[in-house]
Amino acid sequence: MKIKIDISALKRSKWREFAPRFFIGGAITALAGLIAKRYGPEIGGLFLAFPAIVPSTATLIKKREQQKMERAGYDGAERGRAAAAVDVAGAAMGGFGLIAFSLVVWLKLPEWKTPIVLAVATLVWFSVAFSIWQLREVLCRRVRAHRPNVLTHTLRPPVDRKAMGNRR
Amino acid sequence: MKDILLRILIGGAVVSAFAMLGELLKPKSFAGLFGAAPSVSLATLALTVMKEGKAYASIEARSMLLGSIAFILYAAVTSRWIIRRHIQVLPATILGIGLWFVCAFGLWFAVLR
Repeated sequence: MKIKIDISALKRSKWREFAPRFFIGGAITALAGLIAKRYGPEIGGLFLAFPAIVPSTATLIKKREQQKMERAGYDGAERGRAAAAVDVAGAAMGGFGLIAFSLVVWLKLPEWKTPIVLAVATLVWFSVAFSIWQLREVLCRRVRAHRPNVLTHTLRPPVDRKAMGNRR
Repeated sequence: MKDILLRILIGGAVVSAFAMLGELLKPKSFAGLFGAAPSVSLATLALTVMKEGKAYASIEARSMLLGSIAFILYAAVTSRWIIRRHIQVLPATILGIGLWFVCAFGLWFAVLR
């Protein structure tokens, strides 16, 4: 599958949709600092990989996909849930990148300059996450050749509103 | 208080920037990678190095490794709950956080304590 950058998505996005993620992200950053201060860096460090924005992002994706499909006359709820599940599964792949990120910071921070360590660790995060995503795409393509995709499977035919009106 | 406010502002800004980047990208499975972006960790580690030093931040990164394993488990299980068990998105993603806590602290207890 080709990766696309859809700039128009920014125009469709509302600022109030980013507000919960801003506050949750900020709150978790502050909380991680407070926990580290109270219980030490061993415990505080765990919260650097806290799934802070996954619930709000997945809920937003479900809502958008559901609305889009319902406008087109499809069963939106199931499709919305499937889209959210795909997004969360993507986060699981990104999690492998987080392991690589923390390894780089843990091992290289005492030796290298901080901005360089953080930049290299972020690049490593992306490279690992992207490689795993690509590997999964290749494997899924092979599986799809034998059985239908979960998204295609959940897509119901459009609702015939006229027929439904007659039935009433 | 000033430190907390600074953390909220920087953490919120970095998390929002990665979320915005995720919004721009297609397909959804690829955009989902940004749900696991090191946004909180970038903000926290940069501020921690400035205040507590490199050794302290390095210990945090070591613990983050265990948190990341818990994150993978959280996301993989939650995704399956949504698609296979037909649990609604918000309850599944919030219930899954309990699983993250159990896994992260279980690993910490087993490996680092």
